[in-house]
Amino acid sequence: MDKIGVLVTHKPLPYLEQELTRRGCRLFRLWESPESCRLEFCRENSSEIRAIVGNSNFGADAATIDALPKLEIVASFSVGLDKVDLPKCKERGIRVTNTPDVLTDDVADLAIGLTISVMRRIPSADKYARSGAWKKGEYTLTTRFSGKRVGILGLGRIGLAIAKRAEAFDCPISYYSRSEKPHPNYTYYSTPVDLASNCDILVVACALTEETRHIVNRAVIDALGPKGVLINIGRGPHVDEPELVAALVEGRLGGAGLDVFENEPHVPEELFALDNVVLVPHVASATIETRTAMADLVLGNLEAHFLKKPLLTAVV
Amino acid sequence: MYAFPSHTAASIPTSDETPTSDLPPLLVLRPLSDTWLSALNAKFTLYSPSSPLSASVHAALISGAYNRVDPALLDQYPSLRCLVNTGAGVNHINLEECKRRGVQVANVGETHSKNVADYAVGLLLDVMRRITMSDRYVRNGLWVTRGNYPLGSKLGGKRVGIVGLGSIGSAIAKRLEAFECKISYLSRKAKPTVSYRYIPNICDLAAESDILVVSCALTKETHHIVNKQVLQALGKEGIIINIGRGASIDEPELVRCLAQGEIKGAGLDVFEHEPNIPKELIELENVVLTPHQSVFTPEAMAEVIQICIANFEAFFTGKPVITPVVAD
Repeated sequence: MDKIGVLVTHKPLPYLEQELTRRGCRLFRLWESPESCRLEFCRENSSEIRAIVGNSNFGADAATIDALPKLEIVASFSVGLDKVDLPKCKERGIRVTNTPDVLTDDVADLAIGLTISVMRRIPSADKYARSGAWKKGEYTLTTRFSGKRVGILGLGRIGLAIAKRAEAFDCPISYYSRSEKPHPNYTYYSTPVDLASNCDILVVACALTEETRHIVNRAVIDALGPKGVLINIGRGPHVDEPELVAALVEGRLGGAGLDVFENEPHVPEELFALDNVVLVPHVASATIETRTAMADLVLGNLEAHFLKKPLLTAVV
Repeated sequence: MYAFPSHTAASIPTSDETPTSDLPPLLVLRPLSDTWLSALNAKFTLYSPSSPLSASVHAALISGAYNRVDPALLDQYPSLRCLVNTGAGVNHINLEECKRRGVQVANVGETHSKNVADYAVGLLLDVMRRITMSDRYVRNGLWVTRGNYPLGSKLGGKRVGIVGLGSIGSAIAKRLEAFECKISYLSRKAKPTVSYRYIPNICDLAAESDILVVSCALTKETHHIVNKQVLQALGKEGIIINIGRGASIDEPELVRCLAQGEIKGAGLDVFEHEPNIPKELIELENVVLTPHQSVFTPEAMAEVIQICIANFEAFFTGKPVITPVVAD
C-alpha cells in the first residue's frame, strides 16, 4: 500500500496507525482538524486520498465523498454503517467494508454485563461500599436477573449471541425482526410494542437504518413499563432519548443500561443521579483483543483492494 | 455486628404466653420482616430467645448474619432437633456438633445459587469490561473532556478456574460456558459427571487460569486457600472474583498484589472483616467492591421463606428435612 493516501477520521488504535504507516500509507488525520475545517482539509488533500478509515462516530457522508474524487474504498472500523452514505458509494463505485463477527462476542458480553449491572445495581453498590456507608447499614434489595424474559430487537449475529448467553441464565427469549426467523425456541413478535409488552428486559441489537430510527419510542417505553429495563448496545438514535430520560426520571421505566447516545460523547445529565441506570462510553467492542482483530480486518480489506484481490468483508 | 438489614428487620417476635393455638412452636433466632412474620405466623407459633419456653422448642430459624451455632448455643436450647438456615453459607454452624446431638440442619437448597452465580458473572464482566469505572468516568463528565476510556479485556476464550464446584460453582460454570470460557475446577473430589477439567491443586489451577472464581464453602481447609503462592501463580494478567467468604482469601496479601500490579484486578462481594473494607482497595480502579449483596433479591427472599416453611413442615410431620445441608 505504498504511498496510498488514507483519510483516518478518528484517533485510531495505535496498532492500526503503526501498521498503516509501516505498509507505506500516507495518513491524513481528519480528527485533528476542527469540525468546521474538515471538508476543506479533505479538498486540500483530495489528490492523494484513495481510502477512508472511518468509525461509528465519523464515517463517510455525502459531502466528504464529494470532496474526494479519488476515493476508492471506505473501510469502516465498526460493523454499523449508519455513518456511511451507502447509496452514494454504490453510485460512485466506491467499495465499503466493515468489521462483522470479530466484535460479536464482546458486544453480546457487554449487553449481558450491562443487564446484570443495572438489575443488581453493581456500580451503585460499589459506590456504597467505597463510601463507608456499609458500616451504617445494608444496601437495598435488587432485582434478580436469572429467569427474566429477555426481548431482543433484531436477531442478527449480535442478537443471537445475546440470546445464547441469556439462555444460560434460564431467560425465556423473544424477539422482533423484519421477518420471523427459524428459531423455534424463541418467541417472535411482529411489532416492537408487542415485544416490549411481553418482556422484562428489552435489548436493542439491530442495525440503524431509516426504519429503525427511534424504534424505541414513547409507546415502546410505556409498554416496557416501570419494572422494565432497556439495554442499548446499538446506536443512540435507536432510542428517542428525551422520552427515555423523562421516563427514567419519572419512574415510568424501571432502568436502563446504555452504551450509546444520540449525541456522543454528551450524555443527558439528568441520568447522572439515577441508581437504576448504567452509562458506559460506547465500549461494546472496546477490548484490546477485539479492536486488534477489527484493525486486522481493516488492514486486510485495504490490502486486498489495492492488490486487486477479493475483499474480506465487503458490504458494497 | 452491624445494623439489621432494613429489608429483613422488623422485630423478633416474643410470645411469652402458653400457646393457645396448636400450630407447632418455632424458635426464631434472627430478625424478621413483616413478610416473614405473616408467612410464619400462619403456620407456626413463634417464640423469641427471651421466651421462657424457648428451651423446649424443637425447631429454630437461623441466619449466619446473626447466629453462631456452637456448643454454647446448642446447650442454651437443648430441645432443638431441627435448624433451618436462611443464607447461602453454613460456616457459622458446627455441623459435627449438630450431628452428634441429633440436630438436623437444613439450608435453602439451590435458591441462592442463581443469584450468586448471576452476581459472580456480573462482577467478572464489570472487572473485564470496566463497567463501574467507565460509568463513573461518564458521570464525572470525562468522556467529553478526556475522550475515550481505556480498553478492557475480552471475556470470550479466557480460562476460568472455579474453586469449589458446588451448586453455586456449577451455576457459574454453566453461565460462563455460554460466553465461551474454558472451565476448570478444584473440588474436594473430582466430579465425573461434569465435562470441565479437574485440577486437584489450587496453585496449578491458578497457573492455568486467567480468571479465578472463589465459590467454595468456608471451612478449616479453605481458610486462606487463596494465599500468596496462589496469587503469584495467577499472575499479572489474572483476575480474581470472590462471592464465597472473605476468609477464603488472604486479604492483606490480595490487597498488596492488587496495589502492586501483581494481579490485574478483582471483583469482591465478601471481605474478611465485613463491613470493613481495606482502605487500599477503596483507592484502586482495577477492582469492583460490593457489600455482600449477591443473594439479596426479593425473588430469592420469597423463595427462601417458602423453602424454610417446607423444611419445618417436613420436620414436624416426622419426615426428614427437604434441603439438608450437604457437605460436598
